[in-house]
Amino acid sequence: MGKSYDVAIAGGGIVGAACAEECAAAGLSVVVVEPGPVGGGATAAGMGHIVVMDDSPAQIALTNYSRTLWMARAHEFPADVEYVSAGTLWVAADAEEMAEVERKRAVYEAIGVRAEVLGPRELAEAEPNLRPSLAGALRVPDDAVVYPPCAARYMLQRALERGAVVRAGESAAQLSGAGIKLRDGSFVPAGIVVNATGAWAPSLTPGIEVRKRKGHLVITDRYPGFVHHQLVELGYLKSAHSMTADSVAFNVQPRKTGQLLIGSSRQFGAEHGEIDANMLTRMLRRAQEYMPALAALTAIRSWTGFRAATPDKLPLIGPCPQDPRLYLATGHEGLGITTSLATAKLVADQLLHRTPAIPVEPYLPGRKQAEHD
Amino acid sequence: MINPIDLSVNGVPIAVPAGTMVSTAVALAGVTRFRRSVTGEARAPLCGMGICFECRVSINGREHCRSCQVPCENGMEVAADA
Repeated sequence: MGKSYDVAIAGGGIVGAACAEECAAAGLSVVVVEPGPVGGGATAAGMGHIVVMDDSPAQIALTNYSRTLWMARAHEFPADVEYVSAGTLWVAADAEEMAEVERKRAVYEAIGVRAEVLGPRELAEAEPNLRPSLAGALRVPDDAVVYPPCAARYMLQRALERGAVVRAGESAAQLSGAGIKLRDGSFVPAGIVVNATGAWAPSLTPGIEVRKRKGHLVITDRYPGFVHHQLVELGYLKSAHSMTADSVAFNVQPRKTGQLLIGSSRQFGAEHGEIDANMLTRMLRRAQEYMPALAALTAIRSWTGFRAATPDKLPLIGPCPQDPRLYLATGHEGLGITTSLATAKLVADQLLHRTPAIPVEPYLPGRKQAEHD
Repeated sequence: MINPIDLSVNGVPIAVPAGTMVSTAVALAGVTRFRRSVTGEARAPLCGMGICFECRVSINGREHCRSCQVPCENGMEVAADA
């Protein structure tokens, strides 16, 4: 049996990396087990949109807290993290969605998140490549964009500088509160074990309410200035809410390179990572409905990933009821990049008995939630 | 030249034989830097068969066209990053 660590983390995605950084910063000894490249799973298939979402009070609390943490660190990131305070435009297609813009603005105002309503003319001026005659938008200027794999690598590097160890290329076969059993049969003993393996978490901690939700992304060649904000259709909420049907939504983001990242699709029950031509076509058609000029641009790559979805759309952060030394940090669905930093804080707060900045109860494993359909 | 095709490269008129690819016209116009890399380095055709994407230029306002794959046409406006 090898050295015992204070914390052993399964998963070197952005959530595992953030947890490693936070625990190492608190003086704990940390080991991270990651079979693939750092940030090579859902982290590499996320858009890297740092966004406040208002699905539920607990989601607002977590995303707002975490965005505050990102904003406070914006100056420290190396260039490859590509932190850009691009802002979000929630695009409204009609009067009904404009009513939603107003509702959303009031919610944000109440929690101190800057947001302004744009009319049709202001929207057209802000984003000339959107189709004409849209109803308007809500602009959230402090939302940001990052390049998630490099953000994860940076956080892990910071953990390494504080003495953390990365077991790269090794796979966790079994988790318990006592440690991580690796595929090669060896055992990594630890005081606390964290399952941060995203959509794969149920294979290591059976019975938890996490399901794979597949998504597609497309990236274009470089067209600087084509888009200025992260653009999301308000209908996205309907798409993200639906727990059964496959759905697509207009979601386009400017990258620092001038490239455009185009999403999004959501599918339950798709277990394989290959491109689904039908979903890809639907997704790009949706994007072109909002932004017809996209049709003339060159896409250079498309790929997929798996979000870790929970029934109540909130992540699982904290100890398992049946094994208080086994923590979960998964179930972040489409918000894992945004909420990684807050997740790491809440994990460290609980295992160090610190007072958290926001209540942890809504995210605790074992909370009551409806089962998946 | 029988049936020459007239186009422009970076605003300069040039005539080429029918069937000439845009990459050749750009080279004949004396341009050696077709485009710039992300870090600003000079780029020019390498494979000549549409695989390497190094020869991209703007054709009639459309960016990132592989010049080695596009035959010249009358009135074409080609912009390379010379």
